[in-house]
Amino acid sequence: MALLEVTDLHKNFDQLQVLKGISFSLEKGQTLSIIGPSGGGKTTLLRCLNFLEMPSAGRIAINDDGGSHVLFDGSAGRELKAAQIRENRLHFGLVFQSFNLFPQYTALQNVSLAPRLRAKGKEDRKAQLRAIEEKSVELLRRVGLGDKLDYYPHQLSGGQQQRVAIARALALTPDVLFFDEPTSALDPELTGEVLNVIRQLARENMTMVVVTHEMGFAQAVSDQVLFIDGGVIVEQGPPEQVLGAPTEERTRQFLRGFGKG
Amino acid sequence: MFQTVVMSLNEGFVKSLEIFALTLLGAIPLGLIMSFGSMSSFKPLSGFVRTVVWIFRGSPLMIQLLLIYYAPGMLGYNIWGTGSSGRFAAAMAAFILNYACYFSEIFRGGIESIPRGQKEAGQVLGMTGTQIFFKVTLLQVIKRIVPPMGNEIITLVKDTSLVRVISVYEVMWNGQAFIKSSGLIWPLFFTAVYYLAFNGLLTILFGWLEKKLDYFKV
Repeated sequence: MALLEVTDLHKNFDQLQVLKGISFSLEKGQTLSIIGPSGGGKTTLLRCLNFLEMPSAGRIAINDDGGSHVLFDGSAGRELKAAQIRENRLHFGLVFQSFNLFPQYTALQNVSLAPRLRAKGKEDRKAQLRAIEEKSVELLRRVGLGDKLDYYPHQLSGGQQQRVAIARALALTPDVLFFDEPTSALDPELTGEVLNVIRQLARENMTMVVVTHEMGFAQAVSDQVLFIDGGVIVEQGPPEQVLGAPTEERTRQFLRGFGKG
Repeated sequence: MFQTVVMSLNEGFVKSLEIFALTLLGAIPLGLIMSFGSMSSFKPLSGFVRTVVWIFRGSPLMIQLLLIYYAPGMLGYNIWGTGSSGRFAAAMAAFILNYACYFSEIFRGGIESIPRGQKEAGQVLGMTGTQIFFKVTLLQVIKRIVPPMGNEIITLVKDTSLVRVISVYEVMWNGQAFIKSSGLIWPLFFTAVYYLAFNGLLTILFGWLEKKLDYFKV
């Protein structure tokens, strides 16, 4: 069974239909890239999967080691409670386009804050806090920032901030890590260091969904590519097909804008 | 004579400080509650709070003092009694309400100026709304509102002199009393030294606080 299963997901904002039935599944350890024009629904899809927006209809399910979890089922007809939404979110991590680090905390504190809050009130809190601290340091080392633990966000470059944000998202060991155009807010010379970290995660078999405009990167790193436009999946398949030999005219048109196809 | 004047002014200034401290103590929490009210998506509530803010910011504090002290009695509800403690209580009610309105707008501006991404970053990390407010948003809000709060609090120090209109004996009242009792005008002018000195202290305090929060940028 696939790790993540999204079925016929819809999202309306009043009269405006932004997602018109998105279905895809993602195997454990795979990387999925989502490409498409702005306003096509890519970001809304990520926001729905992380429950920053509530989907209007459809189904989201996760099949991890702990069994099968239906995170959202529009046909069930009842609203999710706040506590349920928080539990759902723990399956996922999200890296934002604009980093959104907490400015008053150091890199290390940014990574450890959420796990520390979850350890509150637990019996073995002290041991847990020590483990959290060690793990946070380890994560920052993995993204190449072992020497910046005590730096505040404003003392770091955009690329470094985004790498802290990746470490922060990994701190709660999500099943799937989502990236919303992780390099769009960066100067060109800084995109490489962030993409390298994502490549490294792909090699380590992290399950990931990356919304991106970096076509070369998508081609190199993904197992699967979705082209989304107008709230629907226009084309999906392995990168060689979608990016290399697209069958849909709309995909070809879009890729021409990037000097490909 | 100088000593007599200073003793009297000191006594009055203690009253001024009392008004100052109690106003902050009441108006900061009330202002915070009002700011949440004015940001509420429940329209009747936010409309009500915004109307109250408009009334208290839009009319002179002096009129508010007079109305709050005299109006209940004129309507037959003598809630303030007759003594000086009643006048003081009425003054506090007017000051707390008036300043809560100003503070609520500062708080609202501060809270709304925090980018939505901060809250969302907390949300996707599984944090509760309360955790996000206290661990993420609050310190950023405080950093942003220190300068406008400094302004407002310094204004409050000087505004305490308005309670004279309902005969609460603060420093300026005591200074002015020397005109009638001894034919001296300088004690009234001398009260300015008290305001200046205290506001100098506050300026240093706010400067220190700003510096203290300088370790991060928002």
